[in-house]
Formats: sequence, structure tokens, C-alpha cells
Amino acid sequence: MSIHVKYFASLREQMGRIDDCLTSEGIHTVADVWKAVREGQPLPATILAAVNMEYAGADTPVNDGDEVAFFPPVTGG
Amino acid sequence: MRIELRGSNFNPWDELQGHQRAALSEQASYGATACFVGTMRDLNEGDTVHNMMLEHYPGMTEKQLEKIVSAAYAEWGFIDALVIHRVGNILPNEPIVLVAVWSSHRGAAFDACRYIIEELKSRAPFWKKETLEARERWVEHNTSGYY
Repeated sequence: MSIHVKYFASLREQMGRIDDCLTSEGIHTVADVWKAVREGQPLPATILAAVNMEYAGADTPVNDGDEVAFFPPVTGG
Repeated sequence: MRIELRGSNFNPWDELQGHQRAALSEQASYGATACFVGTMRDLNEGDTVHNMMLEHYPGMTEKQLEKIVSAAYAEWGFIDALVIHRVGNILPNEPIVLVAVWSSHRGAAFDACRYIIEELKSRAPFWKKETLEARERWVEHNTSGYY
């Protein structure tokens, strides 16, 4: 099991790093990924998630080799 | 249809003219062109802004922009569209984004252009960090496009 986790913008600064590579077992959803990188915390409503560059919810399944990203609300344009 | 991220300053009017000349000069089917240009202001929430860093998620940004333009095409069936968005360090008065749509009639041009910019602002993974007088600040949310 290998999941590449990326962080952007203010969340990247809070995390103090741009990414993580998770190899632990028992990760089935986006919420599980967040818990693994944030010491068991639930995914806040203010943080958006993407799996393989598509928007995802807390319950979206993740699989070996997926890229999961977390970031604050977007502010482009 | 062209979607592009740009790392340095650009002139939206030259881009519009250049694209129209290169991609549309062979046909006389478009009767309407609508465009939106977003420009960086030097004031936000009462504070003077000196410059702004535009971060994005490489790969996802392009993917989401392509989805947005494709959805607009499926809805309005326009003739062509051009989207250029800046990334990196931006100064006041510099353009941030250009959206242009060419179509047979004005309804589709206006509506598709509006749809693309509103969806871009709510779904494309860009983030702005402003440099103020003595500190930096992440822009936390976009203003509503509908008053």
C-alpha cells in the first residue's frame, strides 16, 4: 500500500511540508488518509480533498498508488 | 479551444487578437465574442497589497479547467474558447485571468464566458497569497460573482 499525499497553500504551511508517502495498512477512504497524517483528527469541513486530481469527499475510497491532496478553499481567477 | 497557465505577465488584448487571428481567421461563422479579464487590484479588504503569489496544483488545475470548458461546450456549443491564467508572482494592474468565448450568437458567448469564469473561481485549484505592508496573508475565499 502506497499513497502519495499532497498539501497546498495555507495547509502546506501548517503541515510544514509539501507531501507525505503513506505505506500503512488500513487506509480505505480520504478520511482515513487525513487521520493518518493528522494524528487521528476528523477531516474539517474547511479542507477540500482530491483523489487523483478529481474532487473527493471524506468517504471517497482510496487505493494503492493513488494521489490524495488536501487544500483550503480555492481562490483563483 | 486553448487553456494555458502563464508564469509571466501577459497582455490579454494581444492574446485575444492573436488567438482570433491564428484559430478563427479562416471562418466567418462567429457572430459574437465575449470576454472576461480579471486584473489584480492594489487594495483588498482595506489593506494595500504590494504583490500576490498565485499557487496552484499542477496537473489538477489543467484537468479541472479542461472539464469546465468541456462542460460549457456541451451546454452552449460555442465555436472556440480561450482561457489563460497567471501563476507565480503577480503585481497590481497585471491581468490574472482571461476567458474568451466565440460563438454564433451573443447568448451562448455571454453565458459560456460567465459559466467558465464562475466555475474556474470555485473549482480550479489556485490559491492567492498577498504581500501587504508588513505581513503576508492568504486570501481565504472568493467573493460571490452574483452581487
